[in-house]
Amino acid sequence: MLRFLTTWIGSFQEYILLSGRAFGNIVREPHYYDDVLIQMDIIGFGSIPIVLLTGFFSGAIIALQMARALNTYGASSQVGSIVALTLVRELGPVLTALLVTGRNASGIASELGSMKVTEQIDAMRALGTDPVQKLVTPRLIATAVMLPALTVVADAIGLFGAYLVSVPLLKIISASQYWTTSYQALVMNDLAQGLLKPLIFGMIIALVGCFYGLRTTGGTQGVGRATTHAVVAASIWIFFVTFLIDKIFVNL
Amino acid sequence: MADTADTAEPILELKDVTLKFGETWGLRNVSLDLYPGQTFIIFGAAGSGKTTLLKAVIGLVRVDSGQIKLLGEDVTQMEEHELFGLRSRVGILFQEGGLFDSLLVGENVEYPLVNQQSSAKEGDSQGEEEVECRVRETLRFVELEHTMEKFPSELSGGMRRRVGIARAIVTNPPLVLYDSPTAGLDPITANTIMALIAKQRDVQNTASLLVSHRYQDGEIMADFRYDPEKKELLAIPEEARVSGANGTRFVVMRGGEIVFFGTRHELEASDDGYVKRFVRHEG
Repeated sequence: MLRFLTTWIGSFQEYILLSGRAFGNIVREPHYYDDVLIQMDIIGFGSIPIVLLTGFFSGAIIALQMARALNTYGASSQVGSIVALTLVRELGPVLTALLVTGRNASGIASELGSMKVTEQIDAMRALGTDPVQKLVTPRLIATAVMLPALTVVADAIGLFGAYLVSVPLLKIISASQYWTTSYQALVMNDLAQGLLKPLIFGMIIALVGCFYGLRTTGGTQGVGRATTHAVVAASIWIFFVTFLIDKIFVNL
Repeated sequence: MADTADTAEPILELKDVTLKFGETWGLRNVSLDLYPGQTFIIFGAAGSGKTTLLKAVIGLVRVDSGQIKLLGEDVTQMEEHELFGLRSRVGILFQEGGLFDSLLVGENVEYPLVNQQSSAKEGDSQGEEEVECRVRETLRFVELEHTMEKFPSELSGGMRRRVGIARAIVTNPPLVLYDSPTAGLDPITANTIMALIAKQRDVQNTASLLVSHRYQDGEIMADFRYDPEKKELLAIPEEARVSGANGTRFVVMRGGEIVFFGTRHELEASDDGYVKRFVRHEG
């Protein structure tokens, strides 16, 4: 038990050090702008199809379930506001982050892990490049910028999915009523946590992916292990941080 | 230490360098002075500290004590981020090539140039055309210009090693570290690679540390020189071979320690049972 704790604390310390160096490099020369753009394309643009699909169906499903529940209390007209609040505050950021974790934390960990086991990371250091500057910082910036953008897309398409269910399909509410209640339900506090969460999740996803990738050992099997650990750790951190942010914002 | 030293400053100086991995010696009181144009061929059994020595020279592994001066700078006193600039001025060939598999051959060779540019001050950098020209020239040097648009995985082991050499020398560094450049290659390809290394030494007066398992690698470096007019390796005269006039020296390591240092002639004359194992005896 003590050994497990020591290992865990050691790993967490390494993670914090890596994060510190990655953040420090944002303001330190040289800057690899091309790598940032490439990563933005892979992480942001590449995730759009899956984010659209998931966002749409989560909105539609919430509307279906809520319509029935709200009908019991004669409050069907509130479906728009409930969908908007659930999506913007919680489901949009968390679902999008989990999808990007599955898609990109794994991708980052396996790419960096393969580079590590084939000595490409050592080669990079030997050629005079800081691997953290070249590999970690661009992924950190790209994910932290693109995840909030993807979340906004997911929220919007989710609201549209819920609209299709509530208005043309179930006909429980009119279009103008749906959009007005959705819009009016949201206050600045909701939007703030709806955008703060993906920003922090983006940093977690990139840093956890890079951390497990860069400490890969043990050949191809090690790469597989690093990938699994990255996805599991990033997912747990996402839920934990959501809880913390909710706790803070609920008290505001 | 070396006859070629004369008045030139050493490119690399190691003084009493020591490193321990637990109870095992990685390096033990290693001292060396390497001058421009010199080649040290490093022999030793597996785990004798050959690769550790190469890594210590550029600070990839940190030593416990002693001093390593590379191009006039003390590696042992530098922080990791300070070392990147210094490392970019040294060429290195990894045992497995260490090529970036997601980059094309041309991009791999271009990498050190672009890397130097990104850390250079504005105005010092070369233009894109100049970089491409240099990459082509270097790939032509290793006779692989036609592979520029290929990925490393599409090349044979020997070709990958040659691309690795091209990447190591593209910036014309004053020092190149070769880690087992001929390991696992057939004799013909191995000789081609050694010929390229000797050519680089004689054309650019490059100093090299070369870890090897093949005695022939040392023979090529010690007994031949590249003739730029005839464009081939020519044997050097017998008396120059005996005196080690072209600056090639042999280093034999055991347990992290240097147990032999000298010319090929001295190596062949050694009575030490361990040292003798690295010499190919005729007949």
